[in-house]
Amino acid sequence: MSTLWYVVRRIAILAGSLVVSSILVFLLLRLLPGDIAQAKLGIDGSPEAVDALREQYGLNRPLVVQYLDWLGGALRGDLGTSFISEVSVTDELQRKATVTLPLIAASATLAVLFAIPLGMLAALRFRKWDGIALSATSQLGIAVPAFWVGVILITIFAIQLGVLPAGGFPDTGWADTQEAVRSLILPATTLALAQGAMLMRFARSATIDVLQQDYFRTARATGLTRAQALRVHGVRNALIPVVSVLGMQISTLIVGAIIVESVFALPGIGQMLLQDVAIRDYTKVMGTVLATTALVFTVSFLIDVVLGWLNPKARQRS
Amino acid sequence: MKVNRTLIMGLGLVGFTLVLAILSFVWTPYDPLAMDTELSLSKPSAEHLLGTDVFGRDVLSNIIVGARSTLTVAFFAVLISMTLGILVGVGTAVAPKWAQTPAVFGIDIVLALPSVLFAIVLAAVYGPSTMTATIAIGVALSAAVGQVTRRETNAVLQADYVMAATSSGAGKGRIVRRHVLPNIRASLFVQASGAIAVAILAESTLSYLGLGTLPPTPSWGRMLAESQQYLIVDPILALWPGLVIVIAVLGFNLTGDGLREALDPTLRRSDS
Repeated sequence: MSTLWYVVRRIAILAGSLVVSSILVFLLLRLLPGDIAQAKLGIDGSPEAVDALREQYGLNRPLVVQYLDWLGGALRGDLGTSFISEVSVTDELQRKATVTLPLIAASATLAVLFAIPLGMLAALRFRKWDGIALSATSQLGIAVPAFWVGVILITIFAIQLGVLPAGGFPDTGWADTQEAVRSLILPATTLALAQGAMLMRFARSATIDVLQQDYFRTARATGLTRAQALRVHGVRNALIPVVSVLGMQISTLIVGAIIVESVFALPGIGQMLLQDVAIRDYTKVMGTVLATTALVFTVSFLIDVVLGWLNPKARQRS
Repeated sequence: MKVNRTLIMGLGLVGFTLVLAILSFVWTPYDPLAMDTELSLSKPSAEHLLGTDVFGRDVLSNIIVGARSTLTVAFFAVLISMTLGILVGVGTAVAPKWAQTPAVFGIDIVLALPSVLFAIVLAAVYGPSTMTATIAIGVALSAAVGQVTRRETNAVLQADYVMAATSSGAGKGRIVRRHVLPNIRASLFVQASGAIAVAILAESTLSYLGLGTLPPTPSWGRMLAESQQYLIVDPILALWPGLVIVIAVLGFNLTGDGLREALDPTLRRSDS
């Protein structure tokens, strides 16, 4: 399969996934028991006022028209207006993304930086005490909930040592760069540790696979040490499954961000989503979930394209 | 015969968690909901082995009852995910070719949807509850079960004995009953064990976020969320719920790994 055809196919799958998930999100939140306009006005809202509000928000139109209108808006970057606070959902998301996206990017980078080398080391030291210890640590890391890691880090670094903030983000945002960075150190480390444990396990097993390949044995037979042979022939081959796992981990990374924002009271997209769920701000929940899902699908798509380019076998399999 | 240490360790930890859950039906040191503000945030002692929370409730009693809440949600979520996953996995593998592509596409979409996000949407619609959390976790996990089951079923369907059965006139139903299900049974056990671990983590996370088991029913995730407010005065309080979550998840993960190792001879040599 040519790279172009592979990319076209993947774009079709991406578009299909986005349409299906948008229908799911829309239906789940629109086919609610009760009436949104009545819910906003409360029991004191007169039938006339409820009807006027329904008219204002276009809730009297057929469901299909409402969906197409919402999707059309979303494609133009307009996710509607909050029923409760009447702010633009897109504007709110953009504002909150200045906290969430750096958090995700920093933790993904940190996770890759520590997990891949350590996973490879665990594979090279397979059956030796340090390799077994590293492997056991990653197994333990997978079982530890991210919010507990966060609580432990807060206890040590914020409460006992007092070197980093226990939570929050500067009101001035990134204008106070130093304080903003300090606020993200513990949350990003929490998320990186939680994600890194899984990544480390995959890096280890992918490397063990490489160590058992014929081409690796041949390289060793030419006089290279295990580490040299791995560096020259193994790293790229071992990275292919690891990158693919990284793609699959994007969704857990985004969910992780929601949890970590909650632990550290970070005013990001996750924290906003939980607050909107609590006050039942459906338009904002719909917009946030759609944007988050779109982000997950788009990143997975980009990783798939990179993988297909790196590895012709992946193109064949698809 | 080589001793399967992973399986033994896993079963030991699972056993510990199950004992806590079963114990909760017959005995707890104190009424887990009984408050005594005079005992607020007591340190571990002979009377209260793990101390008390801010309302003076016994932490050990809450941990014991929390095991029941968490395992109940995890068990039913996995029941949902295994039922849906097996139906979808086997169904799509034996379905006509034209129906397979959209089915696989559907599995891929559900796989990409984060379970916690799905639970948040459900909580927004129906309000947070144990039932919402169970359904959300179950449905979200079913895609992964479906994907693996489909792959395993396809492998069985290509085996010579299935070809022979087909050519001797056996229908799809009979092949699934007589050949596919018995042959993928081992893999299903491994998947169920791994799925319980994921479900326990998901339930704890949802309860931590206030979207799972609702108060006053004790749950490990919420105990941790509540203890976080008193980290300065009593940091040890956050230790216990976290520790039991780790024990339970690690136990089921190790059991899954151990089972896989025991059932797949190729893994015994290549991986530890």
